[in-house]
Amino acid sequence: MIKAILIFNNHGKPRLSKFYQPYSEDTQQQIIRETFHLVSKRDENVCNFLEGLLIGESDNKLIYRHYATLYFVFCVDSSESELGILDLIQVFVETLDKCFENVCELDLIFHVDKVHNILAEMVMGGMVLETNMNEIVTQIDAQNKLEKSEAGLAEALACAVSAVKNMNLPEIPRNINIGDISIKVLNLPSFK
Amino acid sequence: MALKMVKGSIDRMFDKNLQDLVRGIRNHKEDEAKYISQCIDEIKQELKQDNIAVKANAVCKLTYALALTWAIFLQRVGYLAASQCFHEGTDVIMLTTNQIRKDLSSPSQYDTGVALTGLSCFVTPDLARDLASDIMTLMSHTKPYIRKKAVLIMYKVFLKYPESLRPAFPRLKEKLEDPDPGVQSAAVNVICELARRNPKNYLSLAPLFFKLMTSSTNNWVLIKIIKLFGALTPLEPRLGKKLIEPLTNLIHSTSAMSLLYECVNTVIAVLISLSSGMPNHSASIQLCVQKLRILIEDSDQNLKYLGLLAMSKILKTHPKSVQSHKDLVLQCLDDKDESIRLRALDLLYGMVSKKNLMEIVKKLMTHVDKAEGTTYRDELLTKIIDICSQSNYQHITNFEWYISILVELTRLEGTRHGHLIAAQMLDVAIRVKAIRKFAVSQMSALLDNAHLVASSTQRNGICEVLYAAAWICGEFSEHLQEPHQTLEAMLRPKVTTLPGHIQAVYVQNVVKLYASILQQQEQAAEAEAAQEVTQLMVERLPQFVQSADLEVQERASCILQLVKHVQKLQAKGVPVAEEVSALFAGELNPVAPKAQKKVPVPEGLDLDAWINEPPSDSESEDEKPKAIFHDEEPRHVRRRQPEEDEEELARRREARKQEQANNPFYIKSSPSPQKRYRDAPGVEHIPVVQIDLSVPLKVPGMPMSDQYVKLEEERRHRQRLEKDKKKKRKKEKDRKGKHRRHSSLPTESDEDIAPAQQVDIVTEEMPENALPSDEEDKDPNDPYRALDIDLDKPLADSEKLPVQKHRNTEVSKSPEKDEVPVVEKKSKKPKKKEKKPKEKEKKKERERKVEDLDFWLSTTPPPAATPVPSMEELSVNTVTSPKDESEGPKREELEDEEDNTEHDQERKSSRHKKKKHKKEREEKEKKKAKRKQPEREHEQEEPVQNGAAEEEEEETLPPMSSYRLLAENSFIKMTYDIQASLQKDSQVTVSVILENQSGSFLKNMELSVLDSLNAKMARPEGSSVHAGVPVPFQLPPGVSNEAQFVFTVQSIIMAQKLKGTLSFIAKDDDGATHEKLDFRLHFSCSSYLITTPCYSDAFARLLESGDLSMSSIKVDGISMSFQNLLSKICFYHHFSVVERVDSCASMYSRSIQGHHVCLLLKKGESSVSVDGKCSDPTLLSSLLEEMKATLAQC
Repeated sequence: MIKAILIFNNHGKPRLSKFYQPYSEDTQQQIIRETFHLVSKRDENVCNFLEGLLIGESDNKLIYRHYATLYFVFCVDSSESELGILDLIQVFVETLDKCFENVCELDLIFHVDKVHNILAEMVMGGMVLETNMNEIVTQIDAQNKLEKSEAGLAEALACAVSAVKNMNLPEIPRNINIGDISIKVLNLPSFK
Repeated sequence: MALKMVKGSIDRMFDKNLQDLVRGIRNHKEDEAKYISQCIDEIKQELKQDNIAVKANAVCKLTYALALTWAIFLQRVGYLAASQCFHEGTDVIMLTTNQIRKDLSSPSQYDTGVALTGLSCFVTPDLARDLASDIMTLMSHTKPYIRKKAVLIMYKVFLKYPESLRPAFPRLKEKLEDPDPGVQSAAVNVICELARRNPKNYLSLAPLFFKLMTSSTNNWVLIKIIKLFGALTPLEPRLGKKLIEPLTNLIHSTSAMSLLYECVNTVIAVLISLSSGMPNHSASIQLCVQKLRILIEDSDQNLKYLGLLAMSKILKTHPKSVQSHKDLVLQCLDDKDESIRLRALDLLYGMVSKKNLMEIVKKLMTHVDKAEGTTYRDELLTKIIDICSQSNYQHITNFEWYISILVELTRLEGTRHGHLIAAQMLDVAIRVKAIRKFAVSQMSALLDNAHLVASSTQRNGICEVLYAAAWICGEFSEHLQEPHQTLEAMLRPKVTTLPGHIQAVYVQNVVKLYASILQQQEQAAEAEAAQEVTQLMVERLPQFVQSADLEVQERASCILQLVKHVQKLQAKGVPVAEEVSALFAGELNPVAPKAQKKVPVPEGLDLDAWINEPPSDSESEDEKPKAIFHDEEPRHVRRRQPEEDEEELARRREARKQEQANNPFYIKSSPSPQKRYRDAPGVEHIPVVQIDLSVPLKVPGMPMSDQYVKLEEERRHRQRLEKDKKKKRKKEKDRKGKHRRHSSLPTESDEDIAPAQQVDIVTEEMPENALPSDEEDKDPNDPYRALDIDLDKPLADSEKLPVQKHRNTEVSKSPEKDEVPVVEKKSKKPKKKEKKPKEKEKKKERERKVEDLDFWLSTTPPPAATPVPSMEELSVNTVTSPKDESEGPKREELEDEEDNTEHDQERKSSRHKKKKHKKEREEKEKKKAKRKQPEREHEQEEPVQNGAAEEEEEETLPPMSSYRLLAENSFIKMTYDIQASLQKDSQVTVSVILENQSGSFLKNMELSVLDSLNAKMARPEGSSVHAGVPVPFQLPPGVSNEAQFVFTVQSIIMAQKLKGTLSFIAKDDDGATHEKLDFRLHFSCSSYLITTPCYSDAFARLLESGDLSMSSIKVDGISMSFQNLLSKICFYHHFSVVERVDSCASMYSRSIQGHHVCLLLKKGESSVSVDGKCSDPTLLSSLLEEMKATLAQC
């Protein structure tokens, strides 16, 4: 079983976190922090495994890869093959690369939902669902097409949601002008 | 400003609230979208205002808008959000069941997929229970995309709702052989995950997995299976034997490191499970070790790490084969990667022998010096101790050396493992009698230099060693060279800065020392000196009496009184040494840690019963036993002879009590004990004494353990020479050649080295007739325990998945739903698809299954391919592939071998079948290439339901499908199945799978059927009798989908055929053409039957009733096993087995119009006779005709 999948950058800023076991928000934060602490200390040319450090059980392992500015960390138990997971990380990154065309950290920031969707096609509930990259990409593309056709309202709502988010956060720079974002609603099916 | 505020509040009056929004949306039926976007604009404006109430209202509306979209557009986002923030405790989940169920049955595969993904993150026991049957249905979905997700999520469902495991397991097992590799991999994943926790329940799947292992090419699946085998082999050594061969082949052939590594790992697991005596397995070990060496030598750190990890597993059982790679391991110790160094350390543990222990430890000691970072150094320290102390100090030949190593280790600053070192010192000193003298001298030196150890930081753990040092010096004080000096060292004021428990040991052992000094001096008649020592004690002990630590205080004051008493006696010239040392007389033996627990309770002893009634006034009577208890407590395992001076002790205690009563310090704590004692000792704590250090500790350049290494080497050399001499003398008479070779060997085997000391490691004491070791209880909270379920046991009537009951609005979508009313109708009898025939039969089947596994396992392992009959089918599958040819002879051989087996018959039948199925398979493979899955077994017809089909291992039936070909042309292929349901006595549902075989886009499909008098197609209201029914989807190239049509049937006693046409428009780049495909829909009588369970007593009554007419048929030339015959009839004709005895079975089914059909199936040599009884003779004869056709194919 995969217990958690974390992506953070060189400075420890989490870019994606997916826990396949329920943890409280605080614990999750702590786990991310500690994991970053452990992983960031390590040299480039040491092995990619760390033992029994994170999350409870002792047979857990951290398996990670470092790409440019990002760390991809999988926390797995003994039922997973170490080298297999390393390959899986590679597949994940390559898939991201295909879906975003030269993926970079910013893609992960602005398209968190897409990253989650891609991940959901690979790993489900902590178990590996698909390892074939082409298959994953096909499914993602199909879903994106589908979504595009329904995208209109979604976009509008996303804007409104971001307005809510901005509402109570004084520290967010004021120069973000929400009013400028135009909202287009396309082909809405009628409600019933 | 004020004006603005007023304006704002007036504006607000016109703001919409939530009700307005909802009303508005409902009123704008035409242009909802526009309206919503307008509202969202408004919401945004409102959010920007500074009025809290407005904002709250806006958020409220937004939430509603989100809620709407959750259901419609933003399903993905909704589920994503839910999966990120919901967990088991989230209350909202309770409300989502229906939404999720709706999404699960959504026509879009992606909606369903998203719902499944989301569910996997937040499934709760309630959700699992409510949705289990829906997910079960999805496991047989036409789309592999859905199937694999549904299969995977079952694991989560099992975890939350263990009752679902048994009903769902047969289907899960079936998915192991799914044509889609993704689904297969998912099923393997789930079963591996299940089996990892409770492997024994999954042993029976071993043959199936074995087959997968030899056939699959997906590395991921292979790895999972191989890992699973690793978990299974410890339970079944025979399995291991079978595995070795194919695994070895894989190791040789694979290029994937991950696979290679897992293979090696599993081979290791196999080797561990086998008894090591197997000669031909040494090759396997060698192979593993050799491969691992390659990994370790690889420049990739990951491989190196894993190589070491696997190596350490081999080490446990086959240390010899690993030892030869010592060089490699030592090399890894110098690696810059800490993880690798730690792994290498693990390995060292098993690599040591008497011969190389010193060398290795020396190397480790240099690492300790170099190591930066306390964690790694601590790890080194524990490893050194582990290595040396393993299996009762087996490898230590020179304990002086070991003690000096331990002493050296005490110089480590800031280690957490002081107590470990201390424990080792104590253990060695107690258990190795010969070393005590040396140990005591070292310990006294340590005590002398206590400031070195304890100085730097109070909190560092290394001062624990003083605990051991003090105790050893006290207990074995007779070996001390200069007891007086040690005594003084132990009474230094600085001691009071040590932790309390160490001080307590000091105090206790000071008395032991004192006793032995007295003894010595009285023997030497130095009364003067003896009195001086006593004086010293009297002077110094008060510093402990003032200790804040209760233990120290109590012991000190007790001892102080004792010494004062001694002083009085000494003054009178009475010899006291004898009596004082009697306090500590007696030998001390190590006691096994569990000894106390294992003392058997003597017969007739009730530990809970009162010995005496609890006394009301305990003051005086209690005193004595309490005092004795106190004396015993501090030294946990002491055995003394307190009888001699018990009286005296009691007397002294009494005296102490009096003293304490008078002592003002005893009652109220003194204001500042520290200060007080500083005044007391006066000059004594000037550190002059401490300059007098013993030599060994101070040699700076050369660590002293090295001396012992050298000494030991010399000693061994001498020993060897002597031995050689002896041998020579002996062998003078023997043949010379052999002898020469022997003696010229530069290395000596372990056994040759005799330890330097007379090592009498005293074994730990156990009480007489100790109880057998009690097993540790498993953790009752383990969530996986609930899944420890026997899966081979046939399903019981009560085991079924709960099915939601609700109105049946549409034509039977899920037969499970349809069947719910059946239960109601048929009164008491519990039933459903999962119910079983008779108990007796279950048992039989079960036994059979076990035998099958045994049989599978017991066949002597022939080359890679396997003798399992079921596997043969597999090879048949691949006959078409050219590469198989090379394996041809091998297989033939196998078959020959098998011909001798009792399973001859079944095998023939399966061979018989192969031709028939070959075509099917080719077809299937073609389809697979197009990535689709046209065949869908409807759960109602599933073989699983009929218990009879439950066993598969040895004579697996080819996957049966009730879907038959309807019609086919170059554009489209139609397969269909007819399902009946009990509630609608004259309706059947025809499911048609339409598969686009062309490169064109198919649309406007319409199905028109020419109704007969008896059967009519249900059409939408208002349409004409001849109008076709549109197919509710379009087919892109290469896609298949399933459509359902309802037919009304008047009479069901005869089979009939309906003519029909499918018309559609095929559109490709060149344009669109109108196409047609004619077909004939065949309604067999069997399709009007519904599998209905029946108990044998009810069955008997039915037969006796006499209102059934009878008819029978007989079919010759049948080679198929009876078991498979039954399965086939159950599957294709919807019967259930009522009772089965040998090759005779009674079966029952029921038509949608309530006809009872009873069958008696008998199998002779090569024929089968079927006697049928039915309430309608025509129906019976039609049925028997159909059955005849089926049987003729067997």
